[in-house]
Amino acid sequence: MWADAGLVAGKDLRIEFRSRVALNQVLPFSFVVLVLFAFALDPDRGILERAAPGLFWVAVLLTSLLATQRSFAVEAADGNRDGLRMSGLDPAGLFLGKAGAVAAQLLLLEALLLVGVSFLYGIALRSFGLLALTCLLATLGLAGAGTVYGAMSFGLRVRETLLPLLVLPVLAPVLLAATRSFEAALGGAPRETFGWLGLLAAFAALYAVVGLFGFGPLLEES
Amino acid sequence: MDRRSVRRHLGLVGHATSLYDDLSVLDNVRFTVRARGGSVGSVEPALERLGLAGRLRHVPVSRLSAGQRRRCTLAGLVACDAELWLLDEPHAGLDAEGRDLVDQLVGDARDRGRTVIMASHDLDRASAVASRQVTIEAGTAQRGPAQAAPVTSEASGVG
Amino acid sequence: MTTTTTSTSTARRASSLLGWASLILVGATVGLGLVLPKTQEQAEYSRLIAVHPPAAWASYVAVGVAAIAAIGHLVTRRASWDRVTIASLEVGAVFTAITLATGSIWGRPTWGVWWEWDARLTTEALLLAVLLGAVALRRSLAPGRGRAVITSVAALATVGLLPVVHFSVQWWRSQHQVGTLLSPDPASNADNPYIVAMLLGFVAFTVAFAWLVVQRVRLEALEEAYDEVILDRAITDRRAEARPTTEVPA
Repeated sequence: MWADAGLVAGKDLRIEFRSRVALNQVLPFSFVVLVLFAFALDPDRGILERAAPGLFWVAVLLTSLLATQRSFAVEAADGNRDGLRMSGLDPAGLFLGKAGAVAAQLLLLEALLLVGVSFLYGIALRSFGLLALTCLLATLGLAGAGTVYGAMSFGLRVRETLLPLLVLPVLAPVLLAATRSFEAALGGAPRETFGWLGLLAAFAALYAVVGLFGFGPLLEES
Repeated sequence: MDRRSVRRHLGLVGHATSLYDDLSVLDNVRFTVRARGGSVGSVEPALERLGLAGRLRHVPVSRLSAGQRRRCTLAGLVACDAELWLLDEPHAGLDAEGRDLVDQLVGDARDRGRTVIMASHDLDRASAVASRQVTIEAGTAQRGPAQAAPVTSEASGVG
Repeated sequence: MTTTTTSTSTARRASSLLGWASLILVGATVGLGLVLPKTQEQAEYSRLIAVHPPAAWASYVAVGVAAIAAIGHLVTRRASWDRVTIASLEVGAVFTAITLATGSIWGRPTWGVWWEWDARLTTEALLLAVLLGAVALRRSLAPGRGRAVITSVAALATVGLLPVVHFSVQWWRSQHQVGTLLSPDPASNADNPYIVAMLLGFVAFTVAFAWLVVQRVRLEALEEAYDEVILDRAITDRRAEARPTTEVPA
């Protein structure tokens, strides 16, 4: 299973390396979102600063949508679905590989976005360890859930509109917990993050389980 | 019956090419082989067999012609050396040289003891390489007059 | 694939019994809620306590039933389980919407606004979104075994999600000291006359849920049978088209 996961993740990351979609399209998109928030919220009144953690995570959420869409768009081309099914790859490994590749890309994007938020919204970053842990746990959940729902809508022509509807409400707890965790970490109350981090871990675990066991049947039947 | 372990012994080439557009020929064939648990050493010989060695190896698949893409898919099939080959119109999209190549590959596979099931509209070509033929008409298998000729090898048509 | 489930007369009788029971019980609940006299301090709208918590309860029951049916389908691969799954998801969405509507109506005079980020309402709102997504997914898929598996996985993910959503929203709102809407603790509200109506409401809405699911399951079975007939006909037509052929070329 792990060998297959590594193979698939490697393949996805190599595709990204060659096509540079995340770098050229998704990253600018997330920065545009940050700028749009500034337009909507009028930076002069300090709203941006107070709302920064939430806005960061909304931007990350939307970014994860794009990343997941892309992950499945790659497989939707010309018979790749059948190719994957026929390849004999372990579906759990396939899930881990795809989710892992999405997670890796998201983590990189988040790091850059964090710099961007600090820069654009004037936030002083502290408690890097807690911020990083929050990002890691939240990203695992985002990637896992996104991959599960991506697989559910895999074969559908309406995938582009259906996937956001399916996935965004599901990701709401991640948004909630990650924002609160960031607020606690940035606000100098590190102990308050623990509950939220626990929630993020529970969410990630839930979708890891659903993905590992459900990906096989989903792949067969979509 | 465990579907997945059975699939490791199958090779499927259909209308679709099952290739990743952004990856090179080499990357695609390597992925196909490794996904099946095969050895990477079989990739190069397969590429040579299909005429994709040399500079073409590193070209992203999206830049290849349709015929070259079909060859890339076939290279994957050859490299995996599956025990059962399922071919759906393998000659489609290939020039005369390519079609001859497909026939050679099928012949080689057959000689090595592999089973090949091929669906084809090109009955003459298919008949030349096949040892058994089934014709499907209106959803049911027919026995055609071709069955009567024992020496002639025919294609298995699974429509 | 699936066989048409023609209702036997026993099943039909049981179903209509269920229907009458739910009609009477729900009617009684609403009636009690409207008729029972209120105490001095309470306003008219607190009568909604007769239906709001029961509706929320029914929505949770729906999710639970959907999950059980989903497991049932994944284990047995029988279509009857799958029908219960989708029926529960859809009926659950209805009850969730009712919960939100009654909650909002209750909230208006209490808070002065149509919405407050109250813990339970927020959870129900998210649940509604997730359920609608699952239903939308179902409707996009062609009938068949695949659709059933996908629906089952979606239902299980939904039920796993519910506690996560519940806790996260609870903790979130507890930080802002907003109490949960209508958290009726019968012990402390012993003098609330509508508790009787509410308790009756729990029973009534559960029965109504069961009846609605039965109807929806039946509808789903009929739809599947219809699809099969259409498919058979299409295949027969196609075969008939192909029949008059010339000799097979040698």
